[in-house]
Amino acid sequence: MQSVISCAPPLVRFAVRSERAQPMRTRDFAHLSDEALVALVARHEESALAELYDRIGGIAYGLAFRVLRDESLAEDAVQEAFLALWRSAAATFVPERAKASTWLLTLVHRRAVDLVRREGRRRAEPLEAAPEPAVGSAADSAWLRLERERVQGALRQLPDQQRETIELAYYGGFTQSEIAGRLGEPLGTIKSRMFSGLSRLRDLLDEGAGEEAWTRSTS
Amino acid sequence: MDTIHELTAAYALDALEGDERDRYEVHLSSCAACREELAGFWRVSGSLAHAAGGPAPSPALRSRILVEARRERPNVIPLRRRLALPAAASFAAVAAVAAIGLGLWGTSLSGQLDDIRGDLAGNEGVLAVLSDPSARHVGLSGADGRVVIARSGRAVLVFSNLDRAPAGKTYAIWVIAGGTPLPAGLFDGADTRTVVTVTRPVPDDAIVAVTLENEGGVDVPTGSPLFATPAV
Repeated sequence: MQSVISCAPPLVRFAVRSERAQPMRTRDFAHLSDEALVALVARHEESALAELYDRIGGIAYGLAFRVLRDESLAEDAVQEAFLALWRSAAATFVPERAKASTWLLTLVHRRAVDLVRREGRRRAEPLEAAPEPAVGSAADSAWLRLERERVQGALRQLPDQQRETIELAYYGGFTQSEIAGRLGEPLGTIKSRMFSGLSRLRDLLDEGAGEEAWTRSTS
Repeated sequence: MDTIHELTAAYALDALEGDERDRYEVHLSSCAACREELAGFWRVSGSLAHAAGGPAPSPALRSRILVEARRERPNVIPLRRRLALPAAASFAAVAAVAAIGLGLWGTSLSGQLDDIRGDLAGNEGVLAVLSDPSARHVGLSGADGRVVIARSGRAVLVFSNLDRAPAGKTYAIWVIAGGTPLPAGLFDGADTRTVVTVTRPVPDDAIVAVTLENEGGVDVPTGSPLFATPAV
């Protein structure tokens, strides 16, 4: 009798400790690349999923919210994209030329656009200024702030019409035909604006002025 | 530039209608130039995502995702069973949707989430393989079709105008390495366009073959291949 009672406390402590150990294990993955994390998620490592969410979840939600303008739908879009990655196990992998984060954000965006078209709630106007999403560490937040400035700077260098077309499509969830109707332009004009705009944006971002500055400031 | 090539930008921005999206994804499977260009445009859309500027999510979202992942985990662990049993249902659904990749998400919205759940995986695999610029394309003898093999060994079969499998029958995919055929998925075929994932990696020098089998599939092929690649 006596011995049973004396056994109880250590058992309880053990249980508590193993639960607390979870968040710490997450940080064990902090040094891994996004691609390595995705590979671990494919093997159903919960901690890898948690780490991936900590890195990209805030950005993913910000994107989904920008398209959907609705908290609950945005959460659904993010959750479904992360769970798709989780469910698909070995069947999912990142296209070899895309970064894992890009791939995941592509899934989130596709889902958000499908949802917003179904709900008929598309909005063209920009968001009210929102606080920056919390992502991982302070270094991650600093990186995100610079990345946003870099992309917004590149967008500002596009001719107005190209920028408008790209923003209506990507952030507004409008199809190219809908944009043509909305702006009263021929579809062909919209197609070529989208193509020229995205090509120009790619070149501006690849020139990577912002990226170099960041590399310099951190090295 | 008034061909399907110019849809690459709209595709990367998710600005195509559902059927245009399907058509473009099929085109991707045969156009290395578009895959190359798409890789660049996806980098841009990824950057646009970072600049979206939406608010932070509720902390509850993180735990919701982790709890749901844990809840689903027991369903996905037995890999062998997962590959063998739901394959028929999964490939039938893929063929029915006849859309590559995430076009399926449109379907999942119509309230059939449970049916679709298992198929999402396969479809994302399809998109990933078909959008890999370094994937190899190998023709299949006996059909208007080809196998697309990513550098990772993951592969997708693409057929045009493949007859549906007769009632009670199913097409069976085999990966033959070292002379041993290993089962790699079942599918029924769709009339115009059939796109299916090969459920096991295709190693170098393997052959990918398709036989017609009784519904439910078999462990070893019972007949000679209807369609096959040379050693890849």
